[in-house]
Amino acid sequence: MKKIFTRPEALKDAPNHYCPGCGHGIAHRLIAEIVDETGIRERVIGVAPVGCAVVAYDYWNFDCSEAAHGRALAVATAIKRLRPQNIVFTYQGDGDLAAIGTNETIHAANRGENLTVIFINNAIYGMTGGQMAPTTLVGQKTATTPSGREGKGHGYPLKISEILSLLPGVCYVERVSFQDPQHVLKAKAAIKQAFLNQIKGQGFSLVEILSPCPTYWGMSPKDALDWTRDVMQKEFPLGKIK
Amino acid sequence: MAKVIINRERCKGCFLCVSVCPKRLIKKGSKLNKRGSNFVEIDPAGVCVGCARCAIICPDCCIEVYK
Repeated sequence: MKKIFTRPEALKDAPNHYCPGCGHGIAHRLIAEIVDETGIRERVIGVAPVGCAVVAYDYWNFDCSEAAHGRALAVATAIKRLRPQNIVFTYQGDGDLAAIGTNETIHAANRGENLTVIFINNAIYGMTGGQMAPTTLVGQKTATTPSGREGKGHGYPLKISEILSLLPGVCYVERVSFQDPQHVLKAKAAIKQAFLNQIKGQGFSLVEILSPCPTYWGMSPKDALDWTRDVMQKEFPLGKIK
Repeated sequence: MAKVIINRERCKGCFLCVSVCPKRLIKKGSKLNKRGSNFVEIDPAGVCVGCARCAIICPDCCIEVYK
């Protein structure tokens, strides 16, 4: 019997701290699989965010750096400019990339840095206890919007992918989801494309993943996946944006 | 015939694999692991087709598939 699916070498055999049904585990595995498939494990450098994935470097079996909250793309820019032979990617959530790190994100994209960005959009702040994020949907209840987010006063969901796609320095932007196994495979293809763009030197690539947060959405893991499909995608449509 | 092996100690009991198995072979188990999670079990009488949908959706990389 042939083994057709197993843990990728680039993912350490360690239990992760994520809640049951969290999308981070799937995203970590997809990145590890792509690192193995493209044979870049000796030269890839990941930059971990602040947020739920703050200790992502404990789970990946390749070099990683940590960045201050929101500054992953500034750190990644420095690493890539000093070590252009390395493949550098950042792994950031919506609180990190779209709130405190909006400035770093927009300017790194505008400079057309040859980097890969994996953007985990779960429409909420996970690590700090389920507060409203810039990507929280209108009407969505969170710890800081107990009666639902209102557009006027709280603002509307920030569409980082669409904003970045307008910049000439950006090479590739795609939004994917983990709603079912087929979409997980599509997400993997998009992340692989983002890594290949960097390997070919084509510039800034970003993949936004609609990822479930069952704990702070207050749903079962299965319902959370369905919610990404039925509710989140109305605000954040899937597909290649640029 | 394909075979699926589940790492019982690593399973957190999110049951996403249960929801995606086309043959409905994966079930919520009756026992708890050291973590205190209700891990999943495979129906030993069922015929697995080795589609690996369970392994692809598993957030904790607990599932190995052989074919």
